[in-house]
Amino acid sequence: MTTIKQFVTSVAVAALLATPAAAEVDFSGKTIEWVIPFSETGGSAKWANFFAPLLSEALPGNPTVVVKFMPGAGSTKGANWFQEQKYDDGTLLFGTSGSTQFPYLLDDPRVRYEYSDWVPVMASGTGGVAYLNPEDGAKFDGSANALQDINFIYGSQGATRLDLVPLLAWKMLGMNVEPVFGIKGRGDGRLMFERGEATIDYQTSSSYLGASADLVAQGKAVPMMTWGAIDDNGNIVRDPTFPDIPTFKEVCEATDGCETSGDAWDAWKAFFVSGFPVQKIAFLPAGTPDDVAQTYADAFDAVRKRDDFPTISAKAIGKYDIFVGPNAKKATAAGTTVSPQAKDYVKNWLQEAYGVSLK
Amino acid sequence: MEMFASALPALSDAWHMILQPEVLGYLVLGVVMGLAVGIFPGLGGIAGLSLLLPFMFGMEPLYGLALMIGMVAVVPTSDTFASVLMGIPGSSASQATVLDGFPLARKGQAARALSAAFTSSLFGGLVGALFLTIFILFARPIVLAFGLPEMLMITILGLSMVAVLAGRVALKGLAAAGLGMLIGTIGEADAGGSLRMATYDIPYLVDGLSLVIVGLGIFAVPEIVSLLRQDRSIAKDASLGAGWAEGVRDWVANKWLSVRCSIIGVMVGVIPGLGGSVVDWIAYGHAVQTTKDKSNFGKGEIRGVIGPESSNNAKEGGGLVPTLLFGIPGSGSMAIFIGAIALLGSGDIEVGPSMLRDNLDITYSIVWLLALANVVGTLLCIAASGGIAKLTTIRFTYLAPFLFMLISFAAFQSGQNFEDLLALLGIGLIGIFLRRFDWSRPAFLIGFVLSNPVEKFSNQAFQIASFRFRNSFEEGMTYLFSPIVIVLIIVTLVSVVLGIRQAKSIMAEGNVQAGSKRAPLVFLLVIAAYVVASLVNAQMIPDYNMTDKIVPLVICTITLGCCIILLAQMMLRPETDPIFADKERAGEDADAPYGLWPTLAWFGFLIAASWVVGFILALTAFLIAFLRVRAGAGWPKVLLLTACGVALMCTMAGALNRDFPPGLLQSAVDLPWPLK
Repeated sequence: MTTIKQFVTSVAVAALLATPAAAEVDFSGKTIEWVIPFSETGGSAKWANFFAPLLSEALPGNPTVVVKFMPGAGSTKGANWFQEQKYDDGTLLFGTSGSTQFPYLLDDPRVRYEYSDWVPVMASGTGGVAYLNPEDGAKFDGSANALQDINFIYGSQGATRLDLVPLLAWKMLGMNVEPVFGIKGRGDGRLMFERGEATIDYQTSSSYLGASADLVAQGKAVPMMTWGAIDDNGNIVRDPTFPDIPTFKEVCEATDGCETSGDAWDAWKAFFVSGFPVQKIAFLPAGTPDDVAQTYADAFDAVRKRDDFPTISAKAIGKYDIFVGPNAKKATAAGTTVSPQAKDYVKNWLQEAYGVSLK
Repeated sequence: MEMFASALPALSDAWHMILQPEVLGYLVLGVVMGLAVGIFPGLGGIAGLSLLLPFMFGMEPLYGLALMIGMVAVVPTSDTFASVLMGIPGSSASQATVLDGFPLARKGQAARALSAAFTSSLFGGLVGALFLTIFILFARPIVLAFGLPEMLMITILGLSMVAVLAGRVALKGLAAAGLGMLIGTIGEADAGGSLRMATYDIPYLVDGLSLVIVGLGIFAVPEIVSLLRQDRSIAKDASLGAGWAEGVRDWVANKWLSVRCSIIGVMVGVIPGLGGSVVDWIAYGHAVQTTKDKSNFGKGEIRGVIGPESSNNAKEGGGLVPTLLFGIPGSGSMAIFIGAIALLGSGDIEVGPSMLRDNLDITYSIVWLLALANVVGTLLCIAASGGIAKLTTIRFTYLAPFLFMLISFAAFQSGQNFEDLLALLGIGLIGIFLRRFDWSRPAFLIGFVLSNPVEKFSNQAFQIASFRFRNSFEEGMTYLFSPIVIVLIIVTLVSVVLGIRQAKSIMAEGNVQAGSKRAPLVFLLVIAAYVVASLVNAQMIPDYNMTDKIVPLVICTITLGCCIILLAQMMLRPETDPIFADKERAGEDADAPYGLWPTLAWFGFLIAASWVVGFILALTAFLIAFLRVRAGAGWPKVLLLTACGVALMCTMAGALNRDFPPGLLQSAVDLPWPLK
């Protein structure tokens, strides 16, 4: 399919411009390096390892796709490195995650990369579900009104990480959630919740389905809300994976003192988009010609249209949209921009609530 | 109860699944690959599994599992080669093995030490599997009983092993452990992100130092340099005394120690969040405390090999519990393992709570594949140990350049920064001086390894406890002092008291002669200066980030206290006192034909040249120069050995898809791999 499309395109280009056709992009015998700025053990590694063999099959010439890891400084080391790479022959691909987006949005001093320089070819996202212990969960009636006098404890990886989204959401609902910082992953947070040390928790969709849903089934946890999903017009709608659980937006609307407009809401939404629906993005370096970018976009398009894709991706990606080509560009723009007011709001809140200042 | 009823059929299903020729074939393939990777220090299971990942996609689940488990299971077995033969701790699983394994190799008993270690590994692996088969059915509530206070206490129990390993002057051991902990706090704090002894201008320090580098720097570099100065073979008189059969007999004589340490290994491995870092030391401490004549520990006591080696393979089995039951990886390789399982077949095996319910047969297959892999791996290792042990009879000057090559490559793999090499050299210097002045290196390493868990667990337990105390005093007390915590406190106290009594007879560095006052005093002052700098630095962290501040402050205060008392003792005591121990005064180092600095300069040359022309070119020049000038080899030999070394590096890095440290040349000119 893709080759026919490219063939037609290149013939058309050749005919129109009457110049020698740019050689069709072909990666035969080449090795594509997909660099991930995290260690081998994280979620981004899982993501890239899932796509790598599929991408290899879909790219013209079936190049070998290898995933390389360049961890350090919360992924800013790898991203700074990628910023310095120039387009060579299209065999370098880079993958970022929410942990790369957040420092960029918050003006972390270590950030020396600029998202708008890069060429996005694919973006994918996930969702998240917050849940409560059974005792407090019984008081949850679709609004957080009855939860505002309770002290909650939450195992957190850090206020400037993806945990920013749940912490800000709970704060907006007027809930008093005390984070215990320094855990290594959301799995540790769930374990803390299971041990009764933490009384509130959230998991990304796949981990929720893998483990927390079991707790809910046994009556050991009560789902509270999802972060929701984004529709084509940028509105927050129910998460397709959890159509029965209300979104934070719905809970906020039902709760006294929580508003779905204004600086706080805009800030939450901007970081939510960057951390969940557009969490992971694959980039080509600055200066990549359009035909190469298009080849990659087509390849990812072919991957997501595979007959078996829904089955094989269920565990690795979940039921979320995969954006390619122009949609990836749009998604990336949404996931990597935040208004100055929203940025200031978050920075002030981080400083006041947790003493975090990024200088 | 219904679970038990389903357990037996699942177990027999599992055996039917495992005992297919294809499955066994994949298992053996995985084992062989695991042995090949594990033999190189610093690579370990993570590198090996990453290598397998591309093949996992859509693979028949059982074959994929056999391949991966074969690989993971034998890494803690084969890394014993490096730790016993060369004194290089290949991974955190073999640090305690170095303490007695390497001295045995130096006595010419490498084959004995290796076969005792492998037999213990095998046995530990089997005990682990047997224990898990039953335990996995009711493990969940037990694992959940280990909250933060319990984990903190286990970490402190591990830390209390410093008492056993402190050496002749207990205060020096304590200060060494404190220094190790302080080095462990360098970088961005986990809790509040404050920087400790680091700055954003040196991004390398922000991430802290990796265990691989500190392990290599503290144990491997000082030993390599010392042996190289003496210009002899590792085994005295270049002869191999005892053979592998004796090692097996040693194990038989100590089988109960092996049983106990295996159980310690499984139990600690089961608890998520602790991983392998404490197991070895607890097992080593246990071996010391249950041995009547302790005078041989640190000098080549076979029980010091059997204990930790029994526990570390058993730990891999225990580590499956959090991985499979909770979906929480107990180690880096387990994290990849979980990720890879999702790629297998149609992706319907889901690691997590549903594993026992829906896939009990698969769970049992994993447990017993692990045990089988241990058997196959151990037999191969024992078969190879006699031959490989001959390495210790080679004149060390021919081995050393290749060891420098291997540890540099291993260090670089940990973070892929050029600074990794500098850090290795820096920590290596600390190791050299700790060794010279008889400050306990094991104590330093225990401090480093446990620094992060101690800080993390104490902060988090404190925060949750204060939350509970706000509800009621009683609730807080029940949280902090659960029965498990109380038992652990008693065990720790007993172990500290016994340890202090025994420490004097355990001389990890041998009976080091004391000499003049000046050099040991200068070293003490340098350490004290660093501690003061850390103290000032920690004091500068603002109070609202108390979580990042309190632990470094406490450690600094204690360590500084030790330093001050030591200083007073040094002023009062005569120069013959053990406090002034100095290896350069008498013994092997003092009599060595080569000096410390010229020898270390060779390693410095490799690193400096890498900075200019990149690793592979630097390595070529280094090998040629070293073999020609230092070893005095003829040109054909020089060229042949150099070619072998470079080829080995390139093959290994090529197979694992790794890069080499680039230099200035590489940033100016685009060169093809492996020169890039």
